[in-house]
Amino acid sequence: MTTSELTIPQKTQKTEKVRRPRRPRVMGAGKQLHAGPVTYLVLTVFALVSLAPLVWTAIAASRTDERLAQTPPPLWFGGNLFKNMETAWEEAGLGTAMFNTTFVAGTITVSTVLFSTLAGFAFAKLRFRFSGVLLLLTIGTMMIPPQLAVVPLYLWMADLGWSNQLQTVILPTLCTAFGTFFMRQYLLQALPTELIEAARVDGASSLRVVWHVVFPAARPAMAVLGLLTFVFAWNDFLWPIIALNQENPTVQVALNSLGTGYVPDQAVIMAGALLGTLPLLIAFLLFGKQIVGGIMQGAIKG
Amino acid sequence: MTSSKQALAHPASSAEAASGDKPGAARGARGRGTPPPGPGSWRSRLYRWDMKASPYAFIAPFFIVFGAFSLVPLLYTAWYSLHNVQLSNLDSQEWAGLDNYQNLLSSDFFWNALWNTFTIGVISTVPQLMMAIGLAHLLNYRLRGSTLWRVVMLTPYATSVAAATLVFVLLYSWDGGAINWALGGIGIDPINWRESDWGSQFAVSSIVIWRWTGYNALIYLAAMQAIPSDLYESASLDGANRWQQFIHVTIPQLRPTILFTVVVSTIGATQLFGEPLLFGGVSGSKGGSDHQYQTLGLYMYDQGWIIGNLGKASAIAWSMFLILVIIAVINLVITRRLRKS
Repeated sequence: MTTSELTIPQKTQKTEKVRRPRRPRVMGAGKQLHAGPVTYLVLTVFALVSLAPLVWTAIAASRTDERLAQTPPPLWFGGNLFKNMETAWEEAGLGTAMFNTTFVAGTITVSTVLFSTLAGFAFAKLRFRFSGVLLLLTIGTMMIPPQLAVVPLYLWMADLGWSNQLQTVILPTLCTAFGTFFMRQYLLQALPTELIEAARVDGASSLRVVWHVVFPAARPAMAVLGLLTFVFAWNDFLWPIIALNQENPTVQVALNSLGTGYVPDQAVIMAGALLGTLPLLIAFLLFGKQIVGGIMQGAIKG
Repeated sequence: MTSSKQALAHPASSAEAASGDKPGAARGARGRGTPPPGPGSWRSRLYRWDMKASPYAFIAPFFIVFGAFSLVPLLYTAWYSLHNVQLSNLDSQEWAGLDNYQNLLSSDFFWNALWNTFTIGVISTVPQLMMAIGLAHLLNYRLRGSTLWRVVMLTPYATSVAAATLVFVLLYSWDGGAINWALGGIGIDPINWRESDWGSQFAVSSIVIWRWTGYNALIYLAAMQAIPSDLYESASLDGANRWQQFIHVTIPQLRPTILFTVVVSTIGATQLFGEPLLFGGVSGSKGGSDHQYQTLGLYMYDQGWIIGNLGKASAIAWSMFLILVIIAVINLVITRRLRKS
């Protein structure tokens, strides 16, 4: 500890000398400090705790129900992974559920990104009456719990004869307050107002401005919002389990059925949990950096 | 940077396209007998109308979705909470006045659920946010593979409530569960995570903690990276060591972010539903044999869709809303105080 304290002032001075001309002010707090072995050790513990339940899901999914009931619990993979996955896919309806959820989450993602970009652009760059109040209202809606809508929505969907149909879970999430605010924050900085004005002077209509100026500038944020929305839609729980049942489930509905004894086999339940999470884990593997960046970007609003 | 360059290239092309359109548009207009374009013409009127109306058109989808699927239902929920609405007989909805609310206030289960929501909220939020700040501090060092560390800390966020809870149920099982087995290894007697009061509340909270610590750490990390380095320089000139810098520079600078995460976590804790539901297994909506982890969200689901009293469920939903409004007001007062001091 004492040695590191002694070396810090020197290091900071050195790095500051080199960096000052390029980046004058906002440097990360501890950025200058190299991590010591203790830091790596603690981070490794955090990483293990983060990953262990997922790895263990795969281990349990590769075993049998009898084996999971014994002590000590299995700590390495068995040979039943694909058999259990097949059972989950067919008997627990995970197969239908994966197709349904892909469709639901895909539709929600496309529409949320599109509508949020439009609304975010309006709030960031266009002047109109009540824009301030409407923006506050948009942010305020994030506080309303979904529980406040489910009773009437359930009754209406029953009236329309829509129970157990996918549009019941798609329609309420076609655009989100979070997405609108996220795009606004991004476009506020990333889209120079002069560009819009230049296009206006050339007589471009609003739709043209959106197509040729806003969308190109917003593209990176649209991609990140798409990823975040997809994760959110894939994992949405409360309304889907009320609106849908095991006949036409989403992944979360199927997992809920598994949890309440639909197939009383722990290994199959774990295989279902693994299957239902796999697409998002793959997305994290491919786009982890962008998702992390998106969450950190969305946070700066604070 | 690249995006603005791309965008720079576009106005020219859009202008070309626009001028290319003009003859056609003008011809069409003349064909209908309107005067040729000039100031105050059909085209410029259209242009001005476009300027005025388009902002509203752009925000309309959000407000239509919000109105149809949040605002109107919210008001209807209030209406239903004043009626007797049974799942088994949806057609007869009798006026009930404040019966549902009176029913709630005199029900032990409601107060039990309210208290559970509070205790589970505290057990899950306080350690979670404290660990998240510590984790963010570590992630803020210059690390090898910094992106990889961040992605790993965020993987629990990719796991849905349902999937995570199913796994934790197995990990926490009485015999053969990995957690009791590991505790046995260090000489601690097995804990009944399903039946005991504090054990089950801790188990449910641990799922929340596991899923959200990394997410909140990233939010703190973003805020930490925005702290000007001069503050640390002057602190170290004054002789502050790393720990003192963390306490006297980092934490005060994070104050608005901490408040933000506390609010978001509180909203989340008030709605807690999926974790206790699936933790309870077959009779999950009861929140355990003794209702020891039945939260408000769970109580509402139980009353509405298991017992079938949708009017009472609506009253519970509105109680949740009122609690959140009270929290929001308290938060506003605290924020004002903080700004003054």
